[in-house]
Amino acid sequence: MLTDPGYLFVQFLNGLQFSMLLFLLSVGLSVTFGLMNFVNLAHGALYACGAFIGYSIAMATGSFWAAFLLAPLAVCVIGAVLYGVLIRQVRSAGPLTQVLLTFGLIFIFLDAFRVIWGDLALGVSAPTLLATNIHIFGQTYPLYRLFLICLGLAVYLILWLFLERTNIGAMVRASVDNAEMASCLGVNVERLFFAVFCTGCLLAGLAGVVAAPIVSVYPGMDLEILIPTLIVVVIGGLGSLKGAIVGSLLIGMLQTFGQVLIPQLAGSLSYILLGATLILRPEGLFPARAH
Amino acid sequence: MRKTFMASAVLAAALTLPAQAADYKVGLLLPYSGVYASLGNDITAGFNLAVEHFGKDLGDDSLTLVQEDTEVKPPVGLAKARKLVLQDKVDAISGIVSSGVLAALRDFVHQTETPLIVANAGNDQMTGERCSPYIIRVSFSNGQVNRPMGPWLVEKGVKKIYTLAPDYAAGHQMIEAFSKSFTEAGGEIVDGQFTPFRKTKDFGPYLTAAAASGADGIFVFYAGGEAIGFVKQYGEFGINEKMPLYGSGWLTSPLYVAAEGKAADGVITSLNYSPSIENPENERFQKDYMATHDRPASEYAVQGYDAGRLVIEAIKASGGDKDAFKKNLSKVKFSGPRGPLEIDPATNNIVQNIYIYETKVAEDGSTSQEILDVVEAVRDAPNGCQMN
Repeated sequence: MLTDPGYLFVQFLNGLQFSMLLFLLSVGLSVTFGLMNFVNLAHGALYACGAFIGYSIAMATGSFWAAFLLAPLAVCVIGAVLYGVLIRQVRSAGPLTQVLLTFGLIFIFLDAFRVIWGDLALGVSAPTLLATNIHIFGQTYPLYRLFLICLGLAVYLILWLFLERTNIGAMVRASVDNAEMASCLGVNVERLFFAVFCTGCLLAGLAGVVAAPIVSVYPGMDLEILIPTLIVVVIGGLGSLKGAIVGSLLIGMLQTFGQVLIPQLAGSLSYILLGATLILRPEGLFPARAH
Repeated sequence: MRKTFMASAVLAAALTLPAQAADYKVGLLLPYSGVYASLGNDITAGFNLAVEHFGKDLGDDSLTLVQEDTEVKPPVGLAKARKLVLQDKVDAISGIVSSGVLAALRDFVHQTETPLIVANAGNDQMTGERCSPYIIRVSFSNGQVNRPMGPWLVEKGVKKIYTLAPDYAAGHQMIEAFSKSFTEAGGEIVDGQFTPFRKTKDFGPYLTAAAASGADGIFVFYAGGEAIGFVKQYGEFGINEKMPLYGSGWLTSPLYVAAEGKAADGVITSLNYSPSIENPENERFQKDYMATHDRPASEYAVQGYDAGRLVIEAIKASGGDKDAFKKNLSKVKFSGPRGPLEIDPATNNIVQNIYIYETKVAEDGSTSQEILDVVEAVRDAPNGCQMN
């Protein structure tokens, strides 16, 4: 089995697909975290929001693509409201308050999902266009998963161009690096943070809606994805795009191949990598801020 | 002298009194919140339907139900069981979805001699080495559901199987029971894996490994949301065109099969119930359930229904004597929607038919189940059970 290149290639694609999902989630979390030292544990709940809202839109319109376009925007709006009502108040309140508050939000969202959508897992169909298989090396692979891989790479490319090639991107990078200095230079860090926070929510919503056809939609899906996402953020290093993509690829591949090659250890492999990273490079592999 | 005479006369009169009317109280101990809330609700709905169907002619006796929520947490389940027994003074408890909660309750109901009529949890040990005269199971044991599939598959020419199940006690028991009967019948388990319980939503890597294993088919145990995800992904990877899928019947439960779509077509599973069983009891059960709930009754509802019927039949046979009621619970036998069933005196586990059926998905997306075979009166070996 392990000498069969087709088999290994399909597992590689499986790993890549999981990595891209982790990337969509971790990049928003990582940048808000790095920008303002704000720990938003409810990031996963926004991912679940994307999935649930996406489900309802897909059911109402009969079109996955409508959900694909609208659900992330809806989650972005929810994020903006959350920011205005709650998060702005605790921005400078210290990590413990932030953690407790956003952890509380997880439970509030969880019960809201139960009340609105019920306990049963909900199935979302992949769009007809992509609900087919392609053949690679004599193996079949779902086209929808390839689409997810391409989507992740495309988002990475867009974010990279934006951060590296635009003025606003430069301001974001400068503010992550040193918020006080950027503020002195006339950057409205507060407004920038709000924009980055909303973008993070948008990406979380996008991750939710595209994950729905693969993992189905159920209350509690956020908690399952939150821990791997946090691990990616810590391993990759706070606030950097490169950290988010490298961390996602490491964890995605490690989990996928771990599950197949050493299933006994699959659950703990990411934690082992996390521990090793913290010992060797406590700031993560590619931290945005030099200390 | 006279006093003693009077006292013994009163005592004698008390002992020979004719049957009295009794008020029976039964606690329904089920998850009404948490991941298994839908199961708790289905079992309760089934129990209530049994009261409606069979509870009308209780004569002078009466039956009251008290509902408590286990939240699928063993300590909560135990606390609620204490409340039911000590405060509400129930005569019996019925319910229990999770094997973990059942294990937590075992010693308490055994010591307080409270009959517990298990309406779901399949933990093999509770009617095996940890059995109790007070634990009576009308649902199934994990081994009972899966054992018949082994010889059946070998007979159909399936010789090599790859197995998958979630990594927790029930998953292991289901796969062990199947693997044992399959290899004994001459089959070979090529390989298999246990996936992290409730953490695995993406089965891609496992399915890829199963497809590359060279087995004739895959045998799995998945239920609930995991079943939906698993079957859908089995279709997505195109494995449904090359490798048949077998498993325990929860995989293609009527509750989930619509969400699984086309991929569920042709999946063959075994279970203690299927809505397509043809007998008058099942027809009446399904019709009346459909009338109030607007969907077919699930395998969970039928377990609640039979638990309710068991309690009522035991009340009817006891003439108001509560000690007799406790004893009669395990003597009841009847033919219900699942066909004939009785309680095995050696283990207090149910003896029932196991149905092997194929799920069919029509072009318009509607699903049905075709029963391929019935293995009659499947009985568990005592497995170390010593009543007392």
